[in-house]
Formats: sequence, C-alpha cells, structure tokens
Amino acid sequence: MVADGAAMNDFLDALDFIRDNVSLLWELTLDHLALTGASMGIALLLALPLGVWLGHLHRGSFAAINISNVGRALPSLALISIGVALLGIGFVNVMVALIVLAVPPMLTNAYVAIDGVDGDAVEAARGMGMTPTEVLLRVELPLALPLIFAGIRTAVVYVIATATLAPLAGAHSLGDIIVDQATYRLPGVLGAAICVAVLALVAELLFAALQRAVTPRGLRAEQRRDVAVVGPPASTETA
Amino acid sequence: MTTVFAQSEPVIPDFGRGSACERDDDALFCWSWVKDNWADTLQPALLQHIVLTLIAVGIGSAIAFALALAAHRRGWLATPIVVVTGFLYTIPSLALFQLLVPFTGLTRTTAEIALVSYTLLILFRNVLAGLSGVPAEVRDAARGMGMTERQLLWKVELPLALPAIFAGLRIATVTVISLATIAVFVVDEGLGDPIYTALQQTFSTELLAAGGLCVALALVADALLVLIQRAISPWSRTVRR
Repeated sequence: MVADGAAMNDFLDALDFIRDNVSLLWELTLDHLALTGASMGIALLLALPLGVWLGHLHRGSFAAINISNVGRALPSLALISIGVALLGIGFVNVMVALIVLAVPPMLTNAYVAIDGVDGDAVEAARGMGMTPTEVLLRVELPLALPLIFAGIRTAVVYVIATATLAPLAGAHSLGDIIVDQATYRLPGVLGAAICVAVLALVAELLFAALQRAVTPRGLRAEQRRDVAVVGPPASTETA
Repeated sequence: MTTVFAQSEPVIPDFGRGSACERDDDALFCWSWVKDNWADTLQPALLQHIVLTLIAVGIGSAIAFALALAAHRRGWLATPIVVVTGFLYTIPSLALFQLLVPFTGLTRTTAEIALVSYTLLILFRNVLAGLSGVPAEVRDAARGMGMTERQLLWKVELPLALPAIFAGLRIATVTVISLATIAVFVVDEGLGDPIYTALQQTFSTELLAAGGLCVALALVADALLVLIQRAISPWSRTVRR
C-alpha cells in the first residue's frame, strides 16, 4: 500500500506530463480516433443493415441474439493476439479485430429493436396502406432508433477501450504511452490513462445525448422510468 | 511474492525454451509446444485466471447485491448508483488498472478492484430489475398469507428474480474473464501473462493457445452458470419463452 500523499503526487506529476506533452497526446488521440472511426464505420455498415433486415423479417433471432453473447466471450487481448498470429501486425489488422468486437452489440440491438416494435403499430401502418418499405422507414425504424443507438453507444465505448491495446499489434493510439512504462514512467502512463478515460466518458455522454435526441417524443415519457441511463442496454442482457 | 516479479520491467523473453516449433516462423500452431508447456506455463496461468475471476465476481456480487437490496427498498437510490457504477464501467480497463497503481501498487489487489468495478453496473441493474419485476399481485398474495418483509424477499422475490440475476451473473463472469487478461499490465497472473509474452515474441502457437484457452474458459463458465441456474430453479424450465 502506498501512502495517499504519494498517490496525490503521482497524479500531480501526471497532470504535469499532460501539460508538457500536449502535442504528443493530441497526435495519439487523433490516431486513437482514426482507428475508432474506421472500425466503427465499417462495423456500422455491416451490422445495421443486416440487423434491421433480419428484424424486419422477424427471422434469424437465434443467430442475431447469440452473436452478442459469443462476441462478449471474446477477450479483446486474446482477439488482438489471435489477429497478430493470423494476420501479422499493423493498422488494418487491429481494425479487423475492433470490427469483430463492434459488430455483435450493434447487430443484436438492431435486430431486437426492429423485431420488438409493437405489432399493433405495424398493423395499423399496413392498414393505412403503407408498403413494406414505408412501414420499415416510417414506423419501425423511428420506433427502434433509441435501442439501435444504445447498441452503437456500447460498441463505441468498447472500441475506444480496446483501441488502447493497438500498440501491442503495431498500430498507434493513446495506448502507446500506457504500455511503454519503460520510456514514459508512471506519470506518463497515468497521464495517458487519464486521457483515455476522459475520451471514453466523453464518447459515452455524447452518444447518450444523441440517443436522447433521436428518441421520438412519444417514447420519451416511457424512457424516463428506465433506470438504464448509462452503459449497455438492458434488453440485450436478459435476452 | 508476486509483487517482486510484477515490479521488474518488461517481461524478458525466455529464450531458453526455444523448441523447434518456436524457431520455425512458418508454423502457425504446433501441439508439441502446447504439450511441453502445459504443466509449467498454460495450466498455472489458467488456474490463476479462474481464481482472479472467482474473487472478482464473488466480491462484485456481494456489493451489487447489497446495493440492489438498498435500492429496492429506497427507489431514489437507483439512479445515483447507476450513474456511479456506469462511470466505472465506461473507463477503459487498461486505463483503470494504471490509475489504481498509485494507490494499491502493482498487486493483485489493483487487478481485483478494477475487475470488481466492471461487474457492479451489470449485476446491480439485473438484480434490481429482477426484484422490481415481481408482479404486485404476487407480493400482495404473499403478504396476505402472513409473510413478513424478510420472508417475502427470500421466499418470493429472490426466487422469482433468479433468471434476471443469473443473466447478469453470466455477463459479469464472461466480461471479467475477458478483462482479466488486461490485468497482466499490473500483475503477472492469469492467461494475459502467456498472451503478453507471446505478443512480444510474435509467437503464434502460444498466442493461439492462450487466447483460445481464454475464449474456451468464457464459454465453459457461461454454460456452467446456465446449468446451475436450471438446477436451482427447476420451475423456470417449463415456462421458458
């Protein structure tokens, strides 16, 4: 156990490190965000259309729901290391590992969200003469958006956290400093850790705000009773 | 003890054990290495990993359970608890482990505190959801039978909350097994240790063996929890959706 005064000093040193290395940290933050953005972009293109389509058809529930359980069982360090073993090192290979981690929560949430849209609402829309495409775009998607965004939020935070491990596989991120204690010492490691934590929290709050913004007004009253404000959505957890 | 090892800087590759398969760059995976190194590398790491997980899930369950019972009685507690545990859940694991180092050093305690903090949100939310999901009529019936509040909790509410509690336990356990590999940056225990060593040497056999063990451990633990749940709540088997 280290005395608290010493711990305090460690954090003061860490703040000094951040102040002295703003440009380095900024550059690594951009690398971190580039890795996150690229992986999330591709993962979104893969997961959302598939999840929405399967949910619209109410098909493939077993696969769509279980993929998130299997995805969660994949340890990020193990996945990146298996990626290194199979694909070698570099930006693209880390990106592939991050995509594999990001797809399951988004796919499952998109499926559950569309599949779970009130059947009466869909029937009413059909009764009004809407085509299947109109039903999907004007009824199912708006009602499902909050839950779809919850999945995106889970995935973003997960990807930001895992991108920290990128330097182990030859790509750059804020993790460069954290895993290189020999060069940067404890103040540097702590400083970078603070930056990563802030980055994840900002992303979480940003996407929580986005999720609230896309929630249709009619659903907001219900949402308020929900205690699940932060973190992964409750719905995929009891599935 | 372990602290002495952990404090020494980056792991020095153990060149002494270079088998034929380690020198051959083309070999993706060879069983002979796994067989030769099971007893002194993989098995101890696997056991340490299981111990790390059991301690974290055990302590996490106790804390989350107490918090959920408190929030079940006093509803206003739920939101602040979700905000605080959600905050802990959001901090990336590699960062959280390091942020604890000034307080608890490069020890197993540091690893466990971080791992426990990741179980709290999931377990708390699921236990509370399970308890508050008990229909009001069921509660009324139990009270009408003359049950005290304590009997109501233990004989009615908790058994009915079991599916939700176990769903939370499964996610928490799998999450901890996954994150415990990252603990290698503060303490050289668990499957993260062989993974990290192998990463530095880009030795694919050890990477695949240790990584595969970790995935297998997660799947086995998940399946075990499903079996336990079925064994202790036989009534829920027939009403599965």
